[in-house]
Amino acid sequence: MIDYIRINYQLIWEAFQQHLYLALIPVILAIIISLPLGYIAVRYKKLYYPLVNISSILYAIPSLALFLLLPPIIGTGVLSPLNIIIALTVYSIALMVRVVADGLNSVDPAITQAATAMGYRRVRRLFAVELPIALPVMLAGLRVATVANVSIVSVGALIGVGGLGALFLRGLQLDYLAPIFVGIILSVLLAATCDIIIVLVQRRFTPWVRAGGRA
Amino acid sequence: MITFDKVSKTFPDGTLAVENLDFELPTGKITVFVGPSGCGKTTSLRMINRMIEPTGGRILIDGKDVMSQDAALLRRSIGYVIQHAGLFPHRTVIENVMTVPNLIGTDKKKSRATAMELLLRVGLTESMANKYPVQLSGGQEQRVGVARALAADPPVMLMDEPFSAVDPIVRAGLQTEFLRLQGELGKTIAFVTHDIDEAIKLGDKVAVFREGGHLAQYASPQELLENPANDFVADFVGRDRGFRSLSFDSSGVLVLDSVDSVRSGSEILVLDDAGRPLGWAGPGIADERSPLSVAGTFTAADSLRVVTDLAISSPVGIAVRVNDSGVADGIIRHPSLVRQLDERRRQRAGTAS
Ligand SMILES: Nc1ncnc2c1ncn2[C@@H]1O[C@H](COP(=O)(O)OP(=O)(O)OP(=O)(O)O)[C@@H](O)[C@H]1O
Ligand SMILES: [Mg+2]
Repeated sequence: MIDYIRINYQLIWEAFQQHLYLALIPVILAIIISLPLGYIAVRYKKLYYPLVNISSILYAIPSLALFLLLPPIIGTGVLSPLNIIIALTVYSIALMVRVVADGLNSVDPAITQAATAMGYRRVRRLFAVELPIALPVMLAGLRVATVANVSIVSVGALIGVGGLGALFLRGLQLDYLAPIFVGIILSVLLAATCDIIIVLVQRRFTPWVRAGGRA
Repeated sequence: MITFDKVSKTFPDGTLAVENLDFELPTGKITVFVGPSGCGKTTSLRMINRMIEPTGGRILIDGKDVMSQDAALLRRSIGYVIQHAGLFPHRTVIENVMTVPNLIGTDKKKSRATAMELLLRVGLTESMANKYPVQLSGGQEQRVGVARALAADPPVMLMDEPFSAVDPIVRAGLQTEFLRLQGELGKTIAFVTHDIDEAIKLGDKVAVFREGGHLAQYASPQELLENPANDFVADFVGRDRGFRSLSFDSSGVLVLDSVDSVRSGSEILVLDDAGRPLGWAGPGIADERSPLSVAGTFTAADSLRVVTDLAISSPVGIAVRVNDSGVADGIIRHPSLVRQLDERRRQRAGTAS
């Protein structure tokens, strides 16, 4: 296995980079898109169930099917990384819309009313009061979305773009365990690292949660 | 001065919460809104800072219609305290207190110093400043809530059952401190409660609401207890209102008997060398060497209510008055007290008619 790594160092590194990129770009896009969608779901209560239900349905589509369905729908090439990015963005949004909505709903209405009564206008209240209080719930959702993405990217190998997943495929084709092990270890490490980073962010930016635990 | 000018509120679902409310809250005084649940107290309070907008009539603060002012700016000039304090859980105590100064754009350093001062003023310590609300007790949260409402020094404060979520002992302490604070600050305060005792204790004026948002009576606490406008008010202020109304009169009006009258006979007041009461003795009561406790004494500054309470709870039916050095200087027996209270009542009725 050491030999395998030494010889294929370049290839493994590229696979890893691609994996990282394919997994995280969708997370970032999903955050940008889910925040307003989640807010709309809370602000206009009639839209909550439609949005959340559509999200659940999208989330239920098998990933491989989505990877294969996308090219004819949006006109990308079958081997384009864009398919993976868009598909994972869809999944992440599906998860995050609900998480953002639930996070905002978790804010005690007495608190938002108190904020209004102090003289906050709507937008400032959202950013200064509601989003910060919803942050723990939202970050918990973000962890799930990120870790899920890291693992789903590998499936993309079956349609030719899959980061570390390519290593699994190669191992299978060559009947050789080393690339499979390397692929598994790196993808688990990647998932764990992302998870830890989010936990650290959470500690840094939501100190009141831990204060509550100690009290 | 806050003026309710024929104010009505019908909610979109058709609920008539407040109808034709017409009264004035005096500047620098505490006006308490009291009444049974659902009678429109909170609705009336929230119309003052436009959290709820009236569907009829006008509310004026110092002559200016609140509806003509920018809602957010108006609210920054009105302190607001609610049950459970409604503190921001993601901000420390000091940050919570600095909320409105920050909104207004006050210099950070200055507002921090003011906030720290306020914390001390409401009975907290500097060590609390960097705690989060979850780390506070209910009473402490409520104090922070009051400090937060005061931070930008607003002339008007709205308080919706601010003390009702804490236990009775803590509540009594908060009420007393609140009165002391108001003595220093002289804010124009609208205070909602459903507890008539709290209303009587805190209010300069009390507005008794009844179902449908009607004002059943608007009067001083004493008037309310002595001359309830109707059966609803009489019933609401409670059966012992006669007894409670005694707390508004000084015991200075009472004619007392001399201490000598209880130095011998069937009830004997045992005194120490300086003349301070030690207890009661006498045949069938106790030996003079181990007298029964006097169960408290009163001074000329105490109210009739205190004297009545002492006379009732005394083992011999006699209340003992002491001077500032604690020396007994007079006594009053239960029958004499009742006679004097009865005369007082008759005189009142005579002047009222
Ligand atoms: N947003 C609303 N929509 C419809 N009806 C409402 C609304 N808010 C309050 N009400 C109704 O208006 C009436 C007065 O409510 P309000 O909250 O002012 O009562 P309250 O005197 O403060 O009662 P409590 O002592 O229970 O707090 C009640 O019948 C209540 O159900
Ligand atoms: Mg209420």
